[in-house]
Amino acid sequence: MTTTVLDSVTLFRRDMTHALRFPMMTISGIGTASFFLLLFVGVFGDALGADFLPGDGGHYVDYIAPGIILMAAGTGTAATAIKVNQDMQEGFIARLRTMSIARMSVLTGQVVGSLVRTILSVVLVVGVALALGFRPSATPLEYLAALGVFAMLTFALTWIAVAFGLATKTVAGANSLSLILQFLPLISSAFLPTDSMPAGVAWFAEHQPYTPIIETLRGLLMGSGIGASAWWAIGWCAVLATVGFFWSRALYNRPRGA
Amino acid sequence: MTAIEVSGLRKAYGKHTVLDGIDLHVAEGSVFSLLGPNGAGKTTTVEILTTLQAPDAGRIVVGGHDLARDPQGVRGAIGVTGQFSAVDNILSGRKNLQLMADLRHMGKRAGRARVAELLERFDLVEAAGRPASTYSGGMRRRLDLAMTLVGTPRIIFLDEPTTGLDPRSRHTMWQSIRELVAAGTTIFLTTQYLEEADQLADRIALLNGGVLVAEGTPAELKRLVPGGHVRLQFSDPARLDVAAARFADGTRDDDALTLDVPGDGGVSSLRTLLDRLAHERVEPDGLAVHTPDLDDVFLALTATAPAPIKEKVR
Repeated sequence: MTTTVLDSVTLFRRDMTHALRFPMMTISGIGTASFFLLLFVGVFGDALGADFLPGDGGHYVDYIAPGIILMAAGTGTAATAIKVNQDMQEGFIARLRTMSIARMSVLTGQVVGSLVRTILSVVLVVGVALALGFRPSATPLEYLAALGVFAMLTFALTWIAVAFGLATKTVAGANSLSLILQFLPLISSAFLPTDSMPAGVAWFAEHQPYTPIIETLRGLLMGSGIGASAWWAIGWCAVLATVGFFWSRALYNRPRGA
Repeated sequence: MTAIEVSGLRKAYGKHTVLDGIDLHVAEGSVFSLLGPNGAGKTTTVEILTTLQAPDAGRIVVGGHDLARDPQGVRGAIGVTGQFSAVDNILSGRKNLQLMADLRHMGKRAGRARVAELLERFDLVEAAGRPASTYSGGMRRRLDLAMTLVGTPRIIFLDEPTTGLDPRSRHTMWQSIRELVAAGTTIFLTTQYLEEADQLADRIALLNGGVLVAEGTPAELKRLVPGGHVRLQFSDPARLDVAAARFADGTRDDDALTLDVPGDGGVSSLRTLLDRLAHERVEPDGLAVHTPDLDDVFLALTATAPAPIKEKVR
C-alpha cells in the first residue's frame, strides 16, 4: 500500500511537470468553459434569462454559473485522455508495466494530477463568473459541499477519460471521445430549465447525469431547491467513477497488440 | 546457472499461431540472440518474457522467478528496452532517469548518484537538461538503455536496440552492451541485423514461423549452410556458357551473368581456381570471394516458411 502511494506521488509529479510544460493544454480546458460563460451571459443573457427568471430580480449569470463551473470539469478531460493515450502510444506505459512498481499507480497518478489541475482551473471560471456579476448566497459549509460535488464529478469524469485514452488507438480518437464529456452539459439544465425544452430533449436532459449534479451545485450555491438531486448526483458520480476505474484497469492490464 | 528457462511456450491470437512450442535456455551472464524475419514472433516472445503478455501455454522461469506465479518477482529482476524507445519526450534526460530511480525507491542520495553516473557513462551530461524530444535517434536509444539500467537489473531484454541507428551510434550501443556483459549481466537480444548477433551473441536461436529452426553458437550456425564460393562475373551470356560448361560444379545465374564456384576462399584454393581458369581459357570480368556468414544461414533456414526443419547443433 505504501509503495502504491509512493509510486502514485512520483507519477503525479511527472504529470505536474507535463502540465507546467504545456500550460496551453491546461488553459484551453478552462478557456472553453469561460468562453461559454461569456457567450451565454454576454450575448444571449438578456434574451434567455427574461423568459423564466422571476421578475427582474434574478440574474441569468446566477442561474448559469453553476452549470458552467461543472462544465469546466468536463473540459479538462480532453487533456487527460490525450496524455494517457500518448503514454500508451509512445510505449511509456509498456515500460512502466515491465517494472516492479505498484500497478495502478500509473493511472492513479494521472487521475490525481487531473483532479488538481481541474480544481485549480475552476478558480478561473469562478473568477470570470464573479466579474460578470455572479453572486452566490452560500454559507461556508455549502461552499465546502459545492467543492465536494465538483471534486466528485471531476474524479468520475477523469476515470472515464483515462479509459477513453486507453481504449482509443490515436490521440485524435481520444480527443474526439472526450468531447462527449465536454458537450453533454449543453443538453442539460445548465443553460435553461428543462421544462422550457421540447419533450424528447427535456426527457434526455432530465435523465442525463449532469442535470442532477448541476441542480445540486446550484442549490448549494444559490439556495434553489435540491431535493432528490443530491442522491442522483452522488449515484451518477459513483457509477461513472466505478465504471471508469474498472474499465481503465482492464484496459491497462490488457496485453499489448491483442 | 540459468537466467531464462522456457519450455513449451505457445501463443496464438485467435486462429493465428504466433509461437508454436518454443524452448529456450539462456545461461547467466551470456548474450542470447533471437533472430528471425519480421513477423516470426520475436517481439511476442520478448513481450511474454517481460510480463507484457500472457502465454497460452508453457513454463517460464526468469531470474529464478516463475513467470506465471510471481510476475512481480520477474519484473524486479529484469530491465527492458523495447523496439521503440520509451522515453518521456517532455521530461529532460536527467528527469527521465530520476523518474526511474524514484520508481525503484532508490532514495534521494543514491538515486541522484546513479543518475549522474549513467549520464556520464552514456555521454549525456551536456544534454541532461534538455527535453528528450530534442535528442537525436542515437541519444534517445542511449537514454532508453540508461533508464533500463537505473535499477541495475540482472537480466536485460533488448528488442532491436539498434534498428534505425547510424553506424556510429550502433557501434556505441554495441560497446555499451559489451560493457554490460563484462559486468555479468545476462542479455536477451532480438535483432534483424545478423552482424549484430554475430558480434555480440554467445548463442543464437533462429525463429521462423513460430518455431525455432536452429540454435547454436554463431560458428555452429555457419557450419549449417554449404561452404563459401567464388563468384565469377561475366559480361555476356556466351562467355558464361563457356565457363559453365568447364565448371560443372558451378551454379549459374543467367540474369546476373554470374557463376558461383564452390571454394572456401583460402589463398591456395583461390590459386588453384585461377590456374584452372587460365588453363581453361575462361576470362571472367570480375571475381568475388564469398565466405559463409549468418546471412546465408538466415536465408537458407528461413527461406520456406512451412514445414521447417528442426535442427539443433551442439
